[in-house]
Amino acid sequence: MSTETVERVRRRPRNGVSAAAPAAPDHIVGAGTSDRAFTVVAWVVLVFCAVLWLIPSLWAVKTSLTSNSTSAVGAGPILTDWSLTLDSYTTLLSEGDLWNWYLASAITSVMTVLLVVVFASMAAYALSRLRFRGRRIVFALVIGGILIPPQVLIVPIFQELNAMGLLNTYWAVIFPQVAAVIAVFVFKQFFDGLPRDFEEAARIDGAGFWRIYRSVVLPLSRPVIGAISIITFVDVWNNLILPLFVLSNPKLMTIPVGLATVQGSFGQRLSDIQASAILGALPLVILFLIFQRRIVEGVAGSGLKG
Amino acid sequence: MTAQTLVQAEAVTARPGRARRQPHATTSAWLFIAPFGLFYLLFLVWPVVYMFISSFYDTTLVRSGFGNFIGFENYRQMLTSPEFWSALWHTIQFTLYTVPPLVILAFVFAVLANRVGRGQTLFRLAFFLPFVLPSAAIALIWSFIYTPESGLWNSFQSLLGVAEPTPVLASPTLAMIGIAVTTLWWTIGFNFILYLAGLQDIPRELYEAAAVDGASQWQQIRSITIPLLSRTTTLVVLLQIIASLKIFDQVFLMTEGGPGQATRVLLLLVTDTAFTDYRVGAASAASVLLFIVILMVTLVRQVVGRGQDRREA
Repeated sequence: MSTETVERVRRRPRNGVSAAAPAAPDHIVGAGTSDRAFTVVAWVVLVFCAVLWLIPSLWAVKTSLTSNSTSAVGAGPILTDWSLTLDSYTTLLSEGDLWNWYLASAITSVMTVLLVVVFASMAAYALSRLRFRGRRIVFALVIGGILIPPQVLIVPIFQELNAMGLLNTYWAVIFPQVAAVIAVFVFKQFFDGLPRDFEEAARIDGAGFWRIYRSVVLPLSRPVIGAISIITFVDVWNNLILPLFVLSNPKLMTIPVGLATVQGSFGQRLSDIQASAILGALPLVILFLIFQRRIVEGVAGSGLKG
Repeated sequence: MTAQTLVQAEAVTARPGRARRQPHATTSAWLFIAPFGLFYLLFLVWPVVYMFISSFYDTTLVRSGFGNFIGFENYRQMLTSPEFWSALWHTIQFTLYTVPPLVILAFVFAVLANRVGRGQTLFRLAFFLPFVLPSAAIALIWSFIYTPESGLWNSFQSLLGVAEPTPVLASPTLAMIGIAVTTLWWTIGFNFILYLAGLQDIPRELYEAAAVDGASQWQQIRSITIPLLSRTTTLVVLLQIIASLKIFDQVFLMTEGGPGQATRVLLLLVTDTAFTDYRVGAASAASVLLFIVILMVTLVRQVVGRGQDRREA
């Protein structure tokens, strides 16, 4: 969905080049010496920077595989001591806190994804397919909602959840994030581009709007459902500010909130701290490796930024 | 996320509507919209309304209800308090430190990656993977790198012959730079991806024609790539400014606003005022001010975007 939408955004005069076409290597175009020199320089700079970018993660991994006593000494010993150990990981996984955090993050992320996918696609279907009084206003409200930075609303949202008696429940993390206006927008865009023939046929057969939505539109929407699900999942999993203030019960803490307490409570157990950072990030690393293309396209297409 | 989608929105509404009135569509439509609409009203509209209302009241966390109406007192307090201005300045400082490198480096990386063609998966992994990781994990990794004396960064400085390397996060002048570097490492992938998508839209023939005319690589970048990516650049710059103005996670996790007040940013002031001082009304006034700043940036984007449309039409 992404590259097309990005292209649509730009509304550039058609140039006949498909936006989705993979980038052919440019150095084929002109093979002069200066071009070749440029390509070499590009490679060197890129590889250098990519390595530079990998260092922090690799450093964390190496530290997590070194014993606490070695990592407490400093960077030198971490670099030179290669008697690797999984102690930090076994400690963390047997302590139990981490499992609670995983559970909280998994429950809140999956529930939010389910609610967002169902509710946002329903609203988007109405906006895309049904003509009704107030449609323009609803759509304008959706667009207006995109302008609102939710982080800035943390205090009123806290007050509201407090009044509802939802503080220290998973709902406090889930509900506010269901109001993902951007998802409605992305769904509507997708539905607008779907051919209507099947729906017409279903209507002639006497199907109502709900049937059409359930059995015709949704099955055709797998790509956009996938993209929205992954992006929402990553957003909810990584959200710090909301769970930080609405969950104070340590048993309910999500991964980011739990990790925020680690530095204070682990003290000098530096290897354990790095191992917890890695374990907290691990589900997303796996998700990224599996769905790399979809995540990249989803991000490029919707311009989603936390 | 805002600006780009708004442009899409315009494109969509501009399309001629397929006006075909269906029977009973209005009831069905509202039923379809209701579930999402409920969450929208409860967790987006009402918080905004609440924020504006309570900014005129002495609302506190310890008493229920709005409290007493006090007019612009909260705003007067905020606008005359050195705390507010220092938080605003630190927010701007962070924005100034992060926007230029995040835009320029992302552009350079994308152009180079697009040029070499191969290895995209590796570069995406290196530059983009950090972006999908939780800020809390990033903060742990970087706080460790910045550990005074024995950490990776100070040790590296010692190796280079710096006699007494300064601990980054404990220094009032370096702390914000340290957080900016962390942010650069963490979020550059987002801009990198947007630029890569933009680059794929540039017609190949333009480069071919330029090459035939004997234009060097540098000339091609200057007179084809940069101008044709101007829309992407506007988008990237404004999304970046908005993201930087909302800075909270890195500062909360790495320095808690310190040392002293050196990295205390607006959103941290808002949460401290509400959750430490219990002054919800005052926090709301500060939120409204931050909200207005962010909204203004979004509106600038709209105006610039429209100007670009007109020039291209």
